[in-house]
Amino acid sequence: MRLKFLVLAFAVSLSAQAQTEIQWWHSMASVNNEWVNDLARDFNAKQSRYKIVPTFKGNYDESMTAAVAAYRAGNAPHILQVFEVGTATMMANKQAIVPVTKVMKDGGQKFDPAAYIPAVAGYYTASDGQMLSYPFNSSTTVFYYNKDAFKAAGLNPDVPPATWIEVAQAAAKLKANGHQCPLTIAWQSWTQLESFSSWHNVEFASKGNGMGGLDARLKVNSPLHVRHIENLANMAKQGLFVYKGRTSVPEPSFVSGECAMITTSSGFYGNVKKNAKFAFGLSTLPYYPDVPGAPQNTVIGGASLWVMAGKKADEYKGVAEFFSYLSSPEVQSASHQRTGYLPVTMAAFALTEKSGFYKDNPGTDVAPNQMIRKTTDVSRAIRLGNYVQIRTIEDEELEQVWAGKKTAKEGLDAIVKRGDEQLARFQKANSK
Amino acid sequence: MEKRVRFVSAWLPWVLIAPQMAVVLVFFFWPAGQALYQSVLSEGIFGGDTLFVGAENFERLFADESYLESFKTTAVFSLLVAFFGMGLSLLLAVMANRVVRGAGIYKTLLIWPYAVAPVVAGVLWLFMFAAPMGIVSFVLRALGIDWNHLLNSNHAMTLIVVAAVWKQLSYNFLFFLAGLQSIPKSLIEAAAIDGASPWHRFWTIVFPLLSPTTFFLLVINVVYAFFDTFGIVDATTHGGPGKDTAILVYKVYVDGFKAMDMGGSAAQSVVLMVIVVTLTVIQFHYVEKKVQY
Repeated sequence: MRLKFLVLAFAVSLSAQAQTEIQWWHSMASVNNEWVNDLARDFNAKQSRYKIVPTFKGNYDESMTAAVAAYRAGNAPHILQVFEVGTATMMANKQAIVPVTKVMKDGGQKFDPAAYIPAVAGYYTASDGQMLSYPFNSSTTVFYYNKDAFKAAGLNPDVPPATWIEVAQAAAKLKANGHQCPLTIAWQSWTQLESFSSWHNVEFASKGNGMGGLDARLKVNSPLHVRHIENLANMAKQGLFVYKGRTSVPEPSFVSGECAMITTSSGFYGNVKKNAKFAFGLSTLPYYPDVPGAPQNTVIGGASLWVMAGKKADEYKGVAEFFSYLSSPEVQSASHQRTGYLPVTMAAFALTEKSGFYKDNPGTDVAPNQMIRKTTDVSRAIRLGNYVQIRTIEDEELEQVWAGKKTAKEGLDAIVKRGDEQLARFQKANSK
Repeated sequence: MEKRVRFVSAWLPWVLIAPQMAVVLVFFFWPAGQALYQSVLSEGIFGGDTLFVGAENFERLFADESYLESFKTTAVFSLLVAFFGMGLSLLLAVMANRVVRGAGIYKTLLIWPYAVAPVVAGVLWLFMFAAPMGIVSFVLRALGIDWNHLLNSNHAMTLIVVAAVWKQLSYNFLFFLAGLQSIPKSLIEAAAIDGASPWHRFWTIVFPLLSPTTFFLLVINVVYAFFDTFGIVDATTHGGPGKDTAILVYKVYVDGFKAMDMGGSAAQSVVLMVIVVTLTVIQFHYVEKKVQY
């Protein structure tokens, strides 16, 4: 009996040793945390060589800080989820990461970057054509509106405003009907400057928005940008646009019904669907119809998975196998339907369409449709260094405009001036 | 006539202060040295390509207008926090000192906020001031004030001052209360017999006798406002609107931990360190002369 126990214990420890653990640090909370855990559990059940261990490390900037500290102390995770804002920083630190293309090739896994939605793949691909990180959860900017509020204000709930002129008209009617907050904006720099630029096919920054080199500089004080921010500032003055804070802070004011229209991430869908006590609709971002080439496509948000350097070859094999699992159209399509993040491959998009999901859930195809268009050099993506700081600068200056302390032109000029200082510093630090 | 106890042993005094010295060296001097060292370096975030850049981090800081602006913001913030924090807690301590029945309950309730983390204090007040549902903003609206700390700088400053003062109130309260209790009753009674009014008694006897406590708290409160309040700012205004509530320590936090610009953040900490050291020296040099021990 005792001997049997010993043998059993030995066997168990042997099999535990034979299984290679792969650490995965991520920032997916609540509903999306369950999603990440389910993916790991499913993969671990499908094979026994590797064990993916997902760990929640706080929000995006917290997990990135944690990983940087861990890397410097020599115990970084194998896989790290990094938000789009940190992409240029990760790319510039080549010694700390292993490109996904290399991981897949060394691991003997088939990997075809061409299978990915161009705007997604392009964003995470270096200028030499190597895909550096694995597009995991990508989102884009969309427009949500409260159908009940539209009906009450005498607007047609089935025809969302398509242009900024129509948005202003709808906002005026909502206000006349007693609505305190007709329009609000979340992620103002992402929705009103970045996506706004690519949506109108104008440059956000030079050098293909930073994709073509470190000497890129901001271009957001163009006449079109000034016109748009001025327009929003006027709406703010008339109480048609109500500023509700930075990042995703304004989102609850739409869910509660306080604000009738909002521009924000497509990843907000799950929250609205679950918590809103009114009928709502999704639509593409508004645009200016007189601008040639508009609407083009919107820019990517969300995060990707980076493979950290300094691990054993066998562990990289496990990472490759896991990425291969994540790439299958079935897994991707299920993830897309579950979370509202984009189906990152064309096959997953086709599969989701075939399953009838878009028909049953109207509006869920808005985000993929905004993204799968053919991109231009100007609209492909935005990738700039020190972007965490630049986003803060954009928030600070736009707040001054909404408060009426600066004109749109002054605010945008200041963004360009202060942002360019950050870009120059990043260029200097990374070109040796 | 001076009485002095002297150690005969040469090493015993050193051994006795060694634990305290170890704590001070490890937790104060070592990090301070690290900050000084990092402030002259430029470093890749993953630790590679460390480069000696001399005073460049500092030059960059002082070329940034918004950084200079935040000195003013910090001064306003610190003065408001120290003034209201100490004024209110002194008032509360004087009142609590006079309560006869249920004094324990009052004191306990007043000490409670000290157990609350700065971030939680910030979130708490943010909820109460949130438009349109927060209880304070609701009352303000009823009074005809359109509260909006997202776009109105004065409102935003008020919000962080209120949260910071509330958080520090218990600490100040405790020290003032202890100070009040150590004032001899006989002095106050003698003044009362002489016909001095309570108001008069407070200003001529109690307040001067409290001056060591007041001075100590002034130093502590200024240090608190300078260093311990970034959690409150981060949880409420994020330095906005614009940069109007971006106090110096908040920028240290954002640049170091969010933007991971170690050199720039370290340079800012050094600047902050110099300011606080200077302030403390000034306080000890000039204000302490007015203190009656």
